[in-house]
Amino acid sequence: MATAVAEDDALWAAVADPTRRRVLDALLEHGEATTTTLAKGLPVTRQAVAKHLAVLNRVGLVAGRRRGREVRYAVRPERLDDAAEAMARVAAQWDRRLARIKRLAESVQAEAAIDV
Amino acid sequence: MAADSVEREILIEASPEVVWGVITEPEQISRWFSDEADVEGRAGADGTLTWRPGGRGGHPESDAIVPIRVVEAEPFRRFSFRWNHPEGAAPDASNSALVEFSLIEEGDGTRLRVVESGIDAVTHDEQGKARYLEDHGHGWERHLGELLDYLASKPSGAAR
Repeated sequence: MATAVAEDDALWAAVADPTRRRVLDALLEHGEATTTTLAKGLPVTRQAVAKHLAVLNRVGLVAGRRRGREVRYAVRPERLDDAAEAMARVAAQWDRRLARIKRLAESVQAEAAIDV
Repeated sequence: MAADSVEREILIEASPEVVWGVITEPEQISRWFSDEADVEGRAGADGTLTWRPGGRGGHPESDAIVPIRVVEAEPFRRFSFRWNHPEGAAPDASNSALVEFSLIEEGDGTRLRVVESGIDAVTHDEQGKARYLEDHGHGWERHLGELLDYLASKPSGAAR
């Protein structure tokens, strides 16, 4: 069973690649697109796009729908939210640390004022 | 600022000298960051941060020991370090995250800003990391910013 952490890791790994993010960007732009359409707008081969789509599909960031002979891909926004959330968590950790730093520094400052 | 980074800041009612002490002295670091800190606040210093079971990081089973290397230490102004690189390895952009503090005097206080970048270099699983290195990825670039903007524009967007 995949843990939430492992899932997060897979998600981050999936979007850590610049080309994959370009694929995502292009999909967001088009709404829905086939591998061939995507490859036309990107400096990579159709095979490479297919490979990236497979990775994105595996972590649930995109979903494919068969339309006759072709598969049309679209972004699943709820999974993008998860990716953004992972980043928001890092931000929240720093907020907590900064709040502790503030408390410590202000108590040191207050003690120094009493000593004077 | 690279888009693979997180930037936060806070206004502190204490002088830059006092804030500097809190962010760079090991005995203070262990009061806001890890449970233990073994590192000197000078450029080039290598050390470790340790999270204990039941401590602040909530690691339940065993000590989590994380390497840290101080990159810059310009008293009362700038302090930066790399962390989370593999033990024994030299930290660089591919295997560690960079944390940069800047201290700006503001009235009687200090504005403390922190930027952590290269987060994606350290948050994968091993497989993801191997793939990342193979792909020569260089972190989240401007496209992530676009994705986050896109998310922020949606009513339920988690991004800020």
